[in-house]
Amino acid sequence: MTTVLTYVERDGDTLAKPSRETLTFARSLAEAHGWGLDAALVGDPTEGSLADLRAQGVATVHALVHDHLDDDAAPAAVAEALVQLHTQLGPGVLVGPGTDHGAEVMAHVGARTDLPLAANCTTAAPADGGGWDLTRVRWGGVLLEDAHLEADVALLTAAPHQTAAQSAGAPGAAELSTFKPELDDALHVTRVKERATRGGGISLATAPVVISGGRGVGSAEGFGILEELAELLGGAVGCSRVATNNGWRSHNDQVGQTGTRVAPDLYVACGISGATQHWVGCMSSKKILAINTDAEAPMVTRADYAVLGDLHELLPALVEEVKARRGVG
Amino acid sequence: MALNILVAVKRVPAPGAKIVLTEDAQRIDTKHLGFTVSPHEECAVEEAVQLTGQHGGESTVLTLGPEVAEEQLRTAISMGINHGVLVATDDEEWDAIATAAALTDAITTLEAERGAFDLILFGNESADAGNYQVGVRVAHALDRPVVSGIKDIEVTGDGVTMKRAVDDGFEVMQLPLPAVAAVKEGINLPRYPAMRGRLIAKKAQIRHITPEQRQGGLSRVRLRHPQQDQTETQILGTGAEAAPAVARIFEEVGLL
Ligand SMILES: Cc1cc2nc3c(=O)[nH]c(=O)nc-3n(C[C@H](O)[C@H](O)[C@H](O)COP(=O)(O)OP(=O)(O)OC[C@H]3O[C@@H](n4cnc5c(N)ncnc54)[C@H](O)[C@@H]3O)c2cc1C
Repeated sequence: MTTVLTYVERDGDTLAKPSRETLTFARSLAEAHGWGLDAALVGDPTEGSLADLRAQGVATVHALVHDHLDDDAAPAAVAEALVQLHTQLGPGVLVGPGTDHGAEVMAHVGARTDLPLAANCTTAAPADGGGWDLTRVRWGGVLLEDAHLEADVALLTAAPHQTAAQSAGAPGAAELSTFKPELDDALHVTRVKERATRGGGISLATAPVVISGGRGVGSAEGFGILEELAELLGGAVGCSRVATNNGWRSHNDQVGQTGTRVAPDLYVACGISGATQHWVGCMSSKKILAINTDAEAPMVTRADYAVLGDLHELLPALVEEVKARRGVG
Repeated sequence: MALNILVAVKRVPAPGAKIVLTEDAQRIDTKHLGFTVSPHEECAVEEAVQLTGQHGGESTVLTLGPEVAEEQLRTAISMGINHGVLVATDDEEWDAIATAAALTDAITTLEAERGAFDLILFGNESADAGNYQVGVRVAHALDRPVVSGIKDIEVTGDGVTMKRAVDDGFEVMQLPLPAVAAVKEGINLPRYPAMRGRLIAKKAQIRHITPEQRQGGLSRVRLRHPQQDQTETQILGTGAEAAPAVARIFEEVGLL
């Protein structure tokens, strides 16, 4: 039987959200053709991640076990392990999450097998005349591309935020199987030697609310009031590329195609026009509020709510309003 | 140690608030658009200029693209890169395998002439295609170590320390040279080319290499726009008087 082998990542005790999305993507492909759904991950899975794998309908969980396969493993080493496992399981599909790490590992799989890899897919199916028909995102999600992949084995990554993670109708057995790859020493050259944690603060990627500023904020000091509002609401400050390029904010705060993708409950865009490359970074937010002097700005026309005015007038009043409500509540 | 650095860049259109497709849905309509170096790669160019400034040596910018991509090579040269090399194609986009194979051939040719590159820099992914793999494929073909997502590079003796940005900080890797890295925007703030640089760039000789096209296996059928939910924008006011209405939205989404 053909197997859809899915590379997944843990996040603490559970499966990372993009990996659950990737499993849902992989399962719809497997179910449509009566194929099996397996998962592979580095090291021994935790109880929490096994529960997630069962919920996603995974039949067999392959634990990739080797002295050098741990949280610091080189992507090339993980890739070689996946290639060996995939070869043993027989031809089929190998899919990974379109996260930075997933994309890096799958790029190595593509390079090591010399097979084409379709990055950031939203759908995939075997094509009538052989090969695969698929859809992938371009421009960070602004455009879709229908494409044909000419290969027996489909190497894919699943585009993040595109398939909502959903449990399978019937849970899978998630039977644990250990796979011990043979890895050449040269593969470990790019292992992580050391980690530096930024620490403190709420991370942009997971904040429930992001107060984001663009050219309209006008200066580095202008972000003070955004900081204050974000802190009051328990959120993080984001920015546009103009704010980064002007040296007003660190690039770590940049939202967009070449920055961070955010998906908060509320995204507040202050003085940001809504260029496509910014929009793809915030479009997965549940609600968007635009504060802009220009009623025609794309950010305004695409937002759920808008205040058509000067952010320098609204934000101080808003901070006072929130403080007052906090005081009363 | 003087460094010999190569940077690979891609010419991409710079669309604004809306992307218009050509009638045959094969590409972006660029009639009214300017072109640019993909942002991650612009930072790779800046990094090469800074590293050779620090350690001495020279830098080369390489692109695979149509003749007009000379514009992007000259931009890189105006920022301080020493040499420009164009791997000239027709105006069609090549997929990742074809691109990587042609770049590998070009690099092999250049290295046979001028010695090995200590460091080869790519952007993490191109702005338009977003294949996330060309640098890794080239590194694999050249049998050199490669890391992606790099936001800091420090050359120390015969090795290089690279930092990969992750959610809550950095991962630090130590590679021997020669090495390959796919870098991300944020590694530096690219300079605005000075007048002198632009004059040098204007006169610079661009080396042309004619590639062979390998069949990669991924081919386009059509481009299209994703379905967008039409949202009706609710206007909450025009200034400070809108504060209570905004605060009510904060309540509705559970922030207050
Ligand atoms: C390949 C590529 C990748 C890119 N990646 C990113 C990315 O990751 N993130 C990103 O943000 N951009 C990115 N960009 C840049 C993007 O195209 C835009 O240039 C950028 O997002 C514009 O930033 P902005 O909205 O702050 O500035 P502008 O477009 O100049 O907009 C400023 C807005 O502020 C409003 N305004 C001005 N004053 C006030 C005021 N007092 N009160 C209220 N409103 C006011 C104006 O009406 C206007 O709408 C990328 C570009 C390219 C080509």
